[in-house]
Amino acid sequence: MGKQIVIRFMVVLFLSAMMLTVSCAKKSVETDPSAGIEQGSQDGLSAEEIARQRALEEERLREEALRKSLATEREKFEMEDIYFDFDSSELVPDARMLLKEKADFLTRNSGLTVTIEGHCDERGTTEYNLALGERRAMAAKRYLQDLGIAEFRLNTISYGEERPSIQGNDESAWSKNRRAHFVIR
Amino acid sequence: MAQKRTTKLISKPVSLNLFNFFMLMIIFFMASYPGEVKSQHAYININDPLMRKIPIAIPFFKALTGHEQEVTLGKNGVDIMSNALDFTGYLAVLDKASFIENPANKGITGADINYKNWTVIGAELLVTGGIVEQNGAVRLELRLFDTFKESLLIGKVYTGHKEDIKSMIYRFCAEISMLLTGKMGVFGSKLAFVSTVSGNKEIFTCDFDGGNINRITNFNNISITPALSPDGNFIAFTSYAKGNPDLYIRDLRTNRDVIIAKKGLNITPAWIPGQFALAATLSFTGDQDIYLISGAGEIKRQLTKASGTDLSPAFSPDGTRFAFVSKRSSTPQIYIGDIASGAATRLTFQGNYNTSPAWSPDGDKIAYVGVVKNSINIYVIGANGGGPTQLTSGQGDNEDPSWSPDGNLIAFSSTRQGASRIFVMTSTGSDQRLLFTYGGAQTDPMWSPVFVEK
Repeated sequence: MGKQIVIRFMVVLFLSAMMLTVSCAKKSVETDPSAGIEQGSQDGLSAEEIARQRALEEERLREEALRKSLATEREKFEMEDIYFDFDSSELVPDARMLLKEKADFLTRNSGLTVTIEGHCDERGTTEYNLALGERRAMAAKRYLQDLGIAEFRLNTISYGEERPSIQGNDESAWSKNRRAHFVIR
Repeated sequence: MAQKRTTKLISKPVSLNLFNFFMLMIIFFMASYPGEVKSQHAYININDPLMRKIPIAIPFFKALTGHEQEVTLGKNGVDIMSNALDFTGYLAVLDKASFIENPANKGITGADINYKNWTVIGAELLVTGGIVEQNGAVRLELRLFDTFKESLLIGKVYTGHKEDIKSMIYRFCAEISMLLTGKMGVFGSKLAFVSTVSGNKEIFTCDFDGGNINRITNFNNISITPALSPDGNFIAFTSYAKGNPDLYIRDLRTNRDVIIAKKGLNITPAWIPGQFALAATLSFTGDQDIYLISGAGEIKRQLTKASGTDLSPAFSPDGTRFAFVSKRSSTPQIYIGDIASGAATRLTFQGNYNTSPAWSPDGDKIAYVGVVKNSINIYVIGANGGGPTQLTSGQGDNEDPSWSPDGNLIAFSSTRQGASRIFVMTSTGSDQRLLFTYGGAQTDPMWSPVFVEK
């Protein structure tokens, strides 16, 4: 009877450890999975079974890490905007650096096509900002083309000042709204 | 030139199509000084920044057969006229509480009026009205008097259905405007604008005074920069309804759209005065240029050739030239393009961000938006470079100027009260006032020509 309670306790402990592993995976995929398995061995599982489970678990984690890194890379690609100066479609050094990373990602994932959205801050006029937004998107597109990405994989659209990412009328909001945003299609 | 255009507008039976209106008949014309009616600026110069408003009295109309319906229609008519004349910015409508005599009881012709009773309260002009209503048919007599000269200036009789009273009154207001300023005024004109009242930017229209708001688009997307055609039957605008900023030319009679959906931008449509044609910016070649487009949506030819951003065309009243924004000299500036020769000359040199030109109906001025140190304001510059003069300052962002058809007023959008609203001011920047209150934000006002005139 007492042994059964201990086993149940261990199972609960094992499961929670597994859940922790999964939930932590977002932050770090390096979490050591052996802790729970090690405790399982005390419950009299055969060494063969332990080795099999360990191998399975490691395999699962490798796959998950790979999936996660791809997803993270994809997320990063879409999340990281490049920014522009006021009334400018010139690519600043930071923007060029980011575009190189994006070109690298697109080279490794040759099946993906991208829409580049050009955006502006609220200053200036609606009409002019439509044109400026397009020039920003085109500047990013041309740079990616120069880095070897085929033109047919790169679409552009201007939203002018119609879709700010941040509301507010100071430089901190404006500087985040003067951007090119990348969407994988 | 403006005179020629006005005459043309009057001769067009457009109003019949647009409003599905009545036959409005002028039975007799009894102006005592026909010579004076023709004279321009007989009373005021609306371009004078120091212009004094002329006090005008508009007492209640007389119910000529005396029944209740006539009294009600008359009261409504006086309100419409008071609001309309007040809107002009050059007339001050006097409070009825100060009136000494009541033409609704005494009589509405020159013989019935004791002019001293009007000059003593400060009225320089007096309108009297008489109304007959019978089974929905209405006969409206309207007269304008000069109280100091003790003379009749305009006398008109209008007949039609009782629903047409508003148009009859606008016609009479246009007569007053013509006498005082030499132009037909704004009465019967419309404004197109953008509102986010439904959560998305959609196109709307309203009367010149902000009344009668009418929703045009229902795309639940971004729809912007509306422009009504010279005959009022079409409205051009840009919408993202199909994903890309495409150019729509909607026939308001059938609600059918012609869509120009070239790759890239299809934006900033502007109609050419007196023609069924427009210009807009397209970027399908990779460069942003202005093109001439037929009303049926056929791209005719390229109007700007220089590389770099060219957009926001606005035509001169004779349709031979257009103001536009270009970044060819590294900052956005206003240029004037010649349609025949293709030549373009730079107009603005002050500041490093000048956009959104609007050419005045008189042809001599161009209003535009200038951005100086994050302040967005409306300026006016002579079409040949004189000026510029700043019209708004220190009150929010002010954008999208658009001239009234008589050139007396400029509509614009302003954030001075928080969310963007549509305001109106005189062409000299005086009398800045909110046009109407509505949900969401209102932007992109674009004033149409006058449609109600026959």
